[in-house]
Amino acid sequence: MAKKEYDDIPGTFVFDADRSREGYHLNMFCSTLRLAKNREAMQADPEGYLAGFPMSDAQAEAVRARDWNGMLALGGNIYYTSKLAAFDKINFQDLAAMMTGVSRDEYRDMMLSGGRSIEGNRYTSEWEKK
Amino acid sequence: MAKITAGVGVSHVPAIGVAMDTGITGQPYWQPVFEGFKFSRAWMKANKPDVIVLVYNDHCTAFSAECIPTFALGCAAEFAPADEGWGPRPVPVLKGHQKLASHIAQSVILDEFDLTIMNAMEVDHGATVPLSVMFGDMEAGDEWPCMVIPVCVNVVQYPPPTGNRCYNLGKAIRRAIDSYPEDLEVMVFGTGGMSHQLQAERAGLINEAWDTRFLDLFTQDPVAGSQIPHVEYMREAGSEGIEMVMWHVMRGALDDDVTEVHRHYHVPASNTAVGHIILENKT
Repeated sequence: MAKKEYDDIPGTFVFDADRSREGYHLNMFCSTLRLAKNREAMQADPEGYLAGFPMSDAQAEAVRARDWNGMLALGGNIYYTSKLAAFDKINFQDLAAMMTGVSRDEYRDMMLSGGRSIEGNRYTSEWEKK
Repeated sequence: MAKITAGVGVSHVPAIGVAMDTGITGQPYWQPVFEGFKFSRAWMKANKPDVIVLVYNDHCTAFSAECIPTFALGCAAEFAPADEGWGPRPVPVLKGHQKLASHIAQSVILDEFDLTIMNAMEVDHGATVPLSVMFGDMEAGDEWPCMVIPVCVNVVQYPPPTGNRCYNLGKAIRRAIDSYPEDLEVMVFGTGGMSHQLQAERAGLINEAWDTRFLDLFTQDPVAGSQIPHVEYMREAGSEGIEMVMWHVMRGALDDDVTEVHRHYHVPASNTAVGHIILENKT
């Protein structure tokens, strides 16, 4: 596939049409969880509920493992996967901590001290040097 | 005749709504966020519009992966706060101005902006948080002080409309409102941003210098601001920072020459830099 102008942004999945196509059933699964009746059905029978969505085995496994970055790599989008996080009572800030591999407190402290700096975080080449 | 009096740019971070709904806005973490809206609330009271055209993005709430309109205009009589996974926010139902909304729809479509018309729609934090920060605490049974016409812009699936397209849609909305025969005062809200990234290993990215430049350009040179390419938003302001294209709809609807009456910028609210600006038309 042709290189995209945003492929060299590090630590970022741009949710474009290719990702949307790949993640369609995963994202539809997540989006249904915004409604209470569906959250109850998922609570009662997680495997049965998941089976209602014809996603790939790898996507289903990422859901079971709550592999948040894995879901994104397989076509998930954060606004959808955050519905699954909400189902688990995880808010956006704690979800972000999990995706960046630090503790809740470390992440919160980073945000309180001005957030992740843009310096050294613009290009994948800057991450490869680390 | 109807006229546009002012524009408001404001982040719509969901945690800001949660802080208001749970009564923790006085805590040290939140106090500086809300301090910047004190002026805005007094200003809203003094300048209360009849209608707000509220530009925001739906976060997979009214729209799922099944249907992704680039622009959608709320033409319904009312818009209820949606359950986004945590239960609906305890804030009032938004009341639409159906006649003005239909007029905008007809006008901008004939002006070659092919909007999707929504005659039934729930709204998420993208629409309710800006109203909460500008009007203050409200209960579910209250009424918002004015009517609201929501305009949804897709910024979830890449590509969103360009900044230029958003800016020109704002100009088309301006023409529509200027041609509406009833005497109405209208404000336009552009919401979302500032710099933030919610996803993957780069989550938490903040770029205050870039945000400041964006706000400066926004007031002083809106055409230049509207030409910022998508990849620059994503690289410099985070993958979700691209929401800022929505502000250009508001800016396009205002005069070229405006008065910046208020600006507020604070890091952080959850994962996000909070940005807020109030621009008044001089005419």
